[in-house]
Amino acid sequence: MTVWIAIAATALGCYVVKLAGLLVPAGALERPLVRRLAALLPVALLAALTAQQTFADGHALVLDARAAGLVAAAVALVLRAPFLLVVAAAVLVTAGVRAIGG
Amino acid sequence: MTSAGGGLTLLQTCALSLLVFTGASQFALVGALAAGGNPLTAAAGAFFLGVRNTFYGLRLSQLLALPRAVRPFAAQWVIDETAAVTLAQPTRRAARIGFTVTGLTLYLLWNLTTLLGALGAKAIGDTDAWGLDAAGPAVFLALLAPMLRTTTERAVAALAVLLGLGLLPVLPAGVPVLAAALAAPIALYIEGRRQGEVRNGAPEEGSYDAQEEDR
Repeated sequence: MTVWIAIAATALGCYVVKLAGLLVPAGALERPLVRRLAALLPVALLAALTAQQTFADGHALVLDARAAGLVAAAVALVLRAPFLLVVAAAVLVTAGVRAIGG
Repeated sequence: MTSAGGGLTLLQTCALSLLVFTGASQFALVGALAAGGNPLTAAAGAFFLGVRNTFYGLRLSQLLALPRAVRPFAAQWVIDETAAVTLAQPTRRAARIGFTVTGLTLYLLWNLTTLLGALGAKAIGDTDAWGLDAAGPAVFLALLAPMLRTTTERAVAALAVLLGLGLLPVLPAGVPVLAAALAAPIALYIEGRRQGEVRNGAPEEGSYDAQEEDR
C-alpha cells in the first residue's frame, strides 16, 4: 500500500510541475528578458544533462568509453553529418572502445 | 527492469511508467523504495527530478502555442527528449509535429519496454556492451548544437556543464541539473552588463515567434 501512496504522490507531483510550465500565461512571458530567460533555461538544462549522461556514474565523475563516443558525435556534427550518423558514430565508438577494453 | 528488482509488482511498475513518465524520477523513486525509504520522502526525491520539466514547459508553451484545453493532455509529454526535439525545429508547425511524434513514440516505447522488462524479458542482454548508453547524450548533443548560435548560448551551455558536473558529487540526484539552470540568468546578467543595458524590445534572433506575429 505504501508503494501505491508513493506512486500516486510522484505521479501527481510530476504531472503538476509539467503542467505548470505550460499554464504560465503568455502575457507573463512577453517581456523580452523573460522570453530570453525561458529560451536559455532549456539550453542550460540539456547541456548539463548531456554532460552528466556522459561523465556520471551515480554520484561519481568518470571518464570512460562514453566520452569517446561523445567526442565522435561532436566530430560528426562538425563535419555536418546527418543526425542518425551522429548518433551511430557515438554508439559504434563507445562499443568499440569497450570491446578493446577501454 | 530496475523496478522489478526494487520489489514493485508488475502493475505498480507499469503504473509508474504510465502515470509518471519521467525516467529519472521513476528510477529515483524505485531506488528509494528499494532502500526502504519512507514513501513520501521517496516521492519528494522523484519530484525534485521532475521540476526541470517546468522550465521546458515555459519555453514549449511559447513554441507550440497550444490551445488551453489541449495543455493538460500535452503536459504528460513535457520531458527532456520532447523539449530537445521541439526546440530544434525551425517553424511552429515543425515544432508541433516534433513534439507530438516524439511524445507519442517515447510514451509507447517507454511503456512497452517497461512491460517487457517487468515480465522478465532479458533477451536484449547488456545494452551497455553495445554502446547504447552513449546514444542518449549523442542525441541531446546533436539537438543542442544548432541552438548554440550566439556567444550567450554557448556561455550558458558551458557554465551549465560545469555546474552540472561540479555539483554532481556533492548534491542529491536531480539538484545539480536544477542548479545548472542558474547558468541562464547568470549569462543574461553578464550579457546585460556588457551591453550597458539590456536591449528592450529587440526581437530574439532566429525566433519564429516574432516572425509569425509579423505575418
